[in-house]
This record gives sequence, structure tokens and C-alpha cells, in this order.
Amino acid sequence: MGLINNSRAKSPWVVHFDCGSCNGCDIEVLACLTPLYDIERFGILNIGNPKHADILLVTGTVNPRNERVLRNVYEQIPEPKVVVAIGACSCTGGIFADCYNVIQGVDKVIPVDVYVPGCAARPEAIIDGVVLGLAKFGEKVAKMNSKAVGK
Amino acid sequence: MMVVLAIVLGPIIGGLLTGIDRKITARIQGRFGPPIMQPFYDVFKLIGKEKFINNKVQIVYVITYLFFAMLSLVLFVMGQDLIAIIFVLTVGGGAMVMGALSVRSPYSQVGAQREIMQMLAYDPLLIIAAVGMFMVTGSFKVSDIISYQITHNAPLLYVLPLVFLVLIEVLTIKMRKSPFDISAGQHAHQEIVRGVHTEFSGPYLAMIEVAHWYELMLALGFVALFFATQWYFAVALVVLMYLLEILLDNTTARLTWRWMLKSAWGFGIVLCAINLIAFYFIQA
Repeated sequence: MGLINNSRAKSPWVVHFDCGSCNGCDIEVLACLTPLYDIERFGILNIGNPKHADILLVTGTVNPRNERVLRNVYEQIPEPKVVVAIGACSCTGGIFADCYNVIQGVDKVIPVDVYVPGCAARPEAIIDGVVLGLAKFGEKVAKMNSKAVGK
Repeated sequence: MMVVLAIVLGPIIGGLLTGIDRKITARIQGRFGPPIMQPFYDVFKLIGKEKFINNKVQIVYVITYLFFAMLSLVLFVMGQDLIAIIFVLTVGGGAMVMGALSVRSPYSQVGAQREIMQMLAYDPLLIIAAVGMFMVTGSFKVSDIISYQITHNAPLLYVLPLVFLVLIEVLTIKMRKSPFDISAGQHAHQEIVRGVHTEFSGPYLAMIEVAHWYELMLALGFVALFFATQWYFAVALVVLMYLLEILLDNTTARLTWRWMLKSAWGFGIVLCAINLIAFYFIQA
């Protein structure tokens, strides 16, 4: 199992979901793929398909209209999975927190593992957030195994 | 002995080649790129993921795909009939398509339709290439084709240059490299999500990946057949061909399936026919 656990940290595939962000954070997420940051050197791929992904990056404010979609994307990712909330809006609702149509943070809808603050979050911060998320795979696997034993 | 070698070493070399491909691709794009071992990390990770399926039929088709990819490489290494190898390869590809069609996801469906188009484009050309080899050597058997070239010291590349040119296109389509990566974008292209692979996840995606390595080895084996007088000539030709494929992949934009079919059938079949007819008259 050591080999598989090692590989998990070396090949995190990412799916990016935009809940209705101003596109600031999204552009920073895509900036991570450029030659300057090149996250593929850590084996990170922007895979665009929740069924293949390990890490869900969420940007923007969640609202009652897209809450269902976010939960759907989350549920389609096979375990072990990690959720990274990127930017002030997805962490807490940001400057839109008081709007009548905004839910204050992604963690009200799905369990979030890592919060990356910033408006917009810098690419370095996003990469840091993903790396923090990698450390959580161990816990996730332990939880997965205990669930399997429970069954 | 050779069978065990093919089953064990096939995916190891195939995976390493894929890793080298990703590294060179990254360097061409001005990036540092993932480690050479990256494809293996990906596969081991996928094996450890939760098993997520839409229906049980999918599993059957994935295993069929892997089995037939393996079988085609084993047949090749054993020096069996080329036509049988192409047939086995096609059955595997068909299983992949059926698996993608067994799910109602539109991405998977569109990907499957495009995969059928790809198979439609390269299969006749592969058969014609095999026929060309038969016309020169008098046998469809891989072992006979190799022994003919060794005894006559006459590489097939000299008599079938146009067929070899067409084989470049066939390989590009088969390996889903740009400009023909239309059924499932590799790397980060996401036009139809992941095409045929969209609905496969976890260990099943890992199996597809391994099957793909077997197919890569078989495709490169086909290339090696064109210069099998000495083993080092064959290896050199394969390396050159692989580098050319990577270069093509990185310098061309994706085409539509109409373009693919037109170029494969129009350009491909005509070139092959010219080559074979010319060979026939020269020999006569």
C-alpha cells in the first residue's frame, strides 16, 4: 500500500469548479498551468472531469442556484478526495457575504479541507493550498478504510 | 519466455516512453515537466481510488480491452499473422467503444462516436500496409517478414516508402496524438471532457492506461518491421518515429473528424495504392 500512497501525493489530478466567481481566481488557477508555475512538474493535471479527479478547486460565491451543481460535482469524485476553497468568496462569501442570494462559504455545502484566502488568491498560494491538501490524503485513506471495515 | 517478457516488459517500456513523451512535450512548451516515472504514479494512484462504476457491463468491456491489447502484443512477439493481430487489436478497440456507449453521458457517447471514426480511418490503412508487406515478403507472418529482411538484407522501407509515410498518419490516429486527438484529448485538452474515457474512473481507468501502453508497444513494433534487417536499425527507426510523433503532437492543432477521414482515406489509400502498384510493375 506504501507504493499507492506515495503515488497519491505525486499525481493529484485537479478539477476546477467556478461557482460564479468574478474570474479573478479562475485566471490565477489557470496561471498555475503556465510555463512560469508549471504545476505538471508535481504531476498535477487539470483534468476537467470529476470522475478522474482527486482534488476539487472551488472558486467564487456559492448561491442556492448552483449549490446543487457543486454538491453533484463533489459527489462524482471518487474517494479519497480533497476540497480546496480558493479566494475570499468561496471561503466566507467575501464582500458579497451579506447579499441575499449568497451562501457564506463553500463549507456550508460540502466539507472543505483547505482554505486559500486572497482576492484574488495568488498562484503561489493556490499551489501551497493544493500541497497542503496532499497531506490530508493520509487521513482520508484511514477514514475510507474504517468505513470499509464498518460495512 | 517471449510471452512473459511481452506481458511484463511491454507496459514498463510503454509507460517509460509515455513519461519521456510528457517530459519532451513540456520542454517543447517551455515547461520543466513531470518526472519520467509520472505515468506509473498516475496508474498506481488510480488503482488505489474508490471503485466507481455506472454499470457492471463497463467492467467487462474494460477487461476485454486490456486483454485484447495484451493478446495483440503477445501475438506480435510470437511472430504470428499480421492480419490476426490487426483483428485482435480492432476487437479491443471495439470493446472500448462499447464500454463508452454503455453509459448515457453525452461526452462519453460523442467520444465513442469519434473513436469509431478513428478506427474507421486507420484500420483499412493498417490492412493495406500488411498487404504491402505480404506482396514483398510473401507472408503475413511477423516472423517470416523479419527473416525475409534478414536473409535478403533488404529493409521494407526501401520498397514501401509511401506505405511507411501513411503509417505515420496511422500511428498518430491510433495513439490519439494531435492533430487527430479527437476522441479523447490527452494532456489538458477538454473539448468533450475526456471523450471515450470520461465515464471510466479509478482502477478501470488504470487498466485503460496500461492497455494503451501495450498498444503503443504494438504500434512501435509495426514501425520496427519496416527496417528489421538488424535490431539496432529497427530500434533507431522506432526512436526517430516516436520523436517525430511528439513533434507532430506539439506543433499541430486538432482537426475535425471529417479532415481525418478525408486525409486517411484520400491521401492514405492513394499513396499506398501508388506504392503497391509501382512495386508490382517493378517486380514484373
